Amino acid sequence: MKLSMPGKIFRAFIIFVTGLYLLGPLYGMLDFSTKPLGLEGGRTLRAWSAIGKNPDVASSLIASFSIAIVVMLLIFLLVVPTVIWVHLKLPAFRRPMELICLLPLAIPGIVIVVGIAPLYRWISINVSESPVSLSGVYAMLILPYTYRSLSAALDLVDVATLAEAARTLGASTMRTIFGVVMPTIRSGIMSGVVISLALVLGEFTISALLAFDTLQVVIYLLGRQDGKIAVAVALSALLFVFAILFAIPTTKRQRVILDADVA
Amino acid sequence: MTQSQIARAGSSTGTGSRFWRNKKAYVGILPFLVLTGLFLIWPTINVVYGAFFTEEGKFSLDYIINTIQKEAHWIPFLNTLKISFWTSIVGGLIGALFAWAISTGKPDGIGRRFVLAAGGVLAQFGGVMLAFAFFATFGFNGFVTTFALKFSETSFLASPDWLYGLFGLGVVYTFFQIPLMFIVFLPAVENLKPQWSEASQSLGGTSKDYWFRIGFPVLFPSFLGGILLLFVNAFSAYATAAALISQGTIITPLDIGSALSSEVGGASAPLAKTLSLYMVTVVVIVMALYSLLRKRVSKWENTK
Amino acid sequence: MKFNKLTKSAVVLSVAAVLAVPTYAVSSANAAASASTWTSAKQAGGIAKIAAACKKEGQLNVIATPVDWANYGEILDNFKKKYKVKIDSNIPDGSSQDEIDQANALKGTKRSPDVFDMGTTVGYEYIDTHYAPYKVTNWKKIPANLKDAQGRLTPNYTGVLAIGYDGALGTITKLDDLLDPKFKGVVALNGDPTKASAGLNGLFMTSLATGGTLDDISKGVEWFKKLKAAGNFINVDPNTATIDSGQTRVVFDWTYNHKSHQDRFKAAGKSWKTFTPKGAEIGSWYNAGVSPWAPHPACARLWMEFIYSPAGSNSWAKGGASPVIWPMMIKDKTASKAAIAVIGSGTGVARVASADQLAAANTYLVANWAAAVGTR
Repeated sequence: MKLSMPGKIFRAFIIFVTGLYLLGPLYGMLDFSTKPLGLEGGRTLRAWSAIGKNPDVASSLIASFSIAIVVMLLIFLLVVPTVIWVHLKLPAFRRPMELICLLPLAIPGIVIVVGIAPLYRWISINVSESPVSLSGVYAMLILPYTYRSLSAALDLVDVATLAEAARTLGASTMRTIFGVVMPTIRSGIMSGVVISLALVLGEFTISALLAFDTLQVVIYLLGRQDGKIAVAVALSALLFVFAILFAIPTTKRQRVILDADVA
Repeated sequence: MTQSQIARAGSSTGTGSRFWRNKKAYVGILPFLVLTGLFLIWPTINVVYGAFFTEEGKFSLDYIINTIQKEAHWIPFLNTLKISFWTSIVGGLIGALFAWAISTGKPDGIGRRFVLAAGGVLAQFGGVMLAFAFFATFGFNGFVTTFALKFSETSFLASPDWLYGLFGLGVVYTFFQIPLMFIVFLPAVENLKPQWSEASQSLGGTSKDYWFRIGFPVLFPSFLGGILLLFVNAFSAYATAAALISQGTIITPLDIGSALSSEVGGASAPLAKTLSLYMVTVVVIVMALYSLLRKRVSKWENTK
Repeated sequence: MKFNKLTKSAVVLSVAAVLAVPTYAVSSANAAASASTWTSAKQAGGIAKIAAACKKEGQLNVIATPVDWANYGEILDNFKKKYKVKIDSNIPDGSSQDEIDQANALKGTKRSPDVFDMGTTVGYEYIDTHYAPYKVTNWKKIPANLKDAQGRLTPNYTGVLAIGYDGALGTITKLDDLLDPKFKGVVALNGDPTKASAGLNGLFMTSLATGGTLDDISKGVEWFKKLKAAGNFINVDPNTATIDSGQTRVVFDWTYNHKSHQDRFKAAGKSWKTFTPKGAEIGSWYNAGVSPWAPHPACARLWMEFIYSPAGSNSWAKGGASPVIWPMMIKDKTASKAAIAVIGSGTGVARVASADQLAAANTYLVANWAAAVGTR
């Protein structure tokens, strides 16, 4: 879209002001974590260098990452195919599905824990006490974001025709969903999936109240002993997730396969 | 062959009766229903169910009817609605504008990737650390406060009391609302086809014409969907508020937390569950309103 | 097919991840069963026996036990060093009610808390259901009017509610000094008084200091209303971070919590002072108990023995708390010099509000506190 001069100025203004507001508190964290303990001025990397020396941080990072991987699997293998399925075959279920997918946001973390504690008690006793069991409830927390980006993508791509074409060419349902439709809406899937990494590494209330030692729980415990190290760990976790998300190549603008504009 | 055998043989476009086809379609969503049933539906029912009973276990509608009438509970509820409304509108507008601004840039450039990654991270940044980041910025020893104090002792930014009330909480909430709207709305803005603005120009329309007659109407459903997401997101936020406003129950999630926890006796599980019931009800109502609005607005949408 | 390969490798990765994440060690069912029946060291066959069983269990789960509260950090470290077991700390900022809720939610799992540190009010609400009776070796030295006869809940330490403040603000000699503009926006109570013991006792202290009584705390609430109107009081929970950042430079809290701030400030070349108005000394006992479904029952009981011995209690005293066995320690000369340097060798403790006074205060605060200090 070509922008006129006022348009360009407006655009620059928005990006600058919003960027300033969003980066400000992050700088505040950097500022705090590099201040020395006493009253003297200057900067110190004491808090940052202490991160590597803490074994709890490492083990909780591994735990949180494992949870994230399982959550992403659940999204890929269960949620996305189901949304596509509903889109194709069960339009009557769309509204109930939208409600289900928005429900997790309606309930504060502490309430979720009250409701889900008995289930997790059963899981801990009969299945496994590993923190990876958190992926069940976390997958629910991701639903609203995943569903929103998926349905936006599905609204744009003519999935019904696509699926029909695949079927007439002999593809099974599984093949249609996984091999044809999903690659087409890849950008929608990816934006939902990458949020899951950020969410899992940032979640605190549920894992603390279910007594699992995830990254944020460890950061919180650290904070009781040394605020600066806690902030340094939190900021480095943010930067770490950012680095991973940045490294994932964004897909090129999806060309709708049946879009006649494509040369 | 029986109808069921025909339906099951080969691809899903079997020649079975409509009845069988529908049944089979429901099988497809079974795994999803099991997962959400276990980890979402049943816990919600579990909580909401407790609102109908007293501490001793007697069935009673007392809690449901009386709680919302008490000032101690309807004030936080009103505050929760207020803060959700305002942060979703403000965060939504800024996020949408930011999405537009970014969409006009190079689609595959480094800048785009940077902003998308940052958006993903910041949309989920909350809780104790977010509150602390704001303390470190706008709090008593925050770098912005220190800076502002150098210029003017009485300026707004130099006296950080504002941070610890409903307004301050709203400001902190917009910190994750803006990126969330950005991520959710960007695909919609990206899909404004350049052909439309070209067509509008070639027909003699100004930029204002384009936006008011084509751009906004097309974007409106996605915008509304984004606002709705933001509203519900702010509505149930707990960890950030608990860290920022560690005393008092200024919003309902804090009220719920307070009902569950106590050092001096006085915790009440049925109260917490009743408040949760109210929250779930509000979300269902908002969803219903949104559905109604979507149906109205869908006349403007492209038909497939 | 690209997608299938991705799926396959992801499945392999996640299975590996699940197996790699360490799950909690499996403790032998038999050993656990017998240890949970021990009601005293004598019955178990001696502390050495308990220590050996604990070594096998390998872990202790504590709850609502922050490291910067009453010098618990030192006690936890010393216990770890002496008995070579891991300690898992759950919800350090939890309230007593949270401890019970967690014990219920995690019952039967290996993450369930082993021992409790309970406030008196909430603790005794659950006296019949949530504690396994255990009488420590020094049981007889604990006053009868403070402890549960069956040994289910035993008082462990108390302190005095005091006003701690940044020495850079000058010296406070009376309560009303805090109404001065120089304290704008920096005065905090440790906890909402309708919920937290330190907060509630802060109100008791203020009430006593403003001419009220323990039965009627309205004068105390009035004073805080004045403080809030002056813009000095903020509704924030103070902790290490808020104190270090200068956000909460004046804190109403237990003396044993102020001690850690004093140490930290001294190390940084600053000072943290404390002040209690004369005649307004008030304390409150915390209580220790063992969970009946503790996943590590031997370690739970070993912990009890440890904290009710000079080895543990000296740390409390060093941290500014008054251990319940302090009179014994002074008499037997097992009180360490460092501990005496902090709390002195006197064995009296500040008065404690009765259950009725606590209940009446709570009712009054629930009705009036939020309005007085604008927490809504």
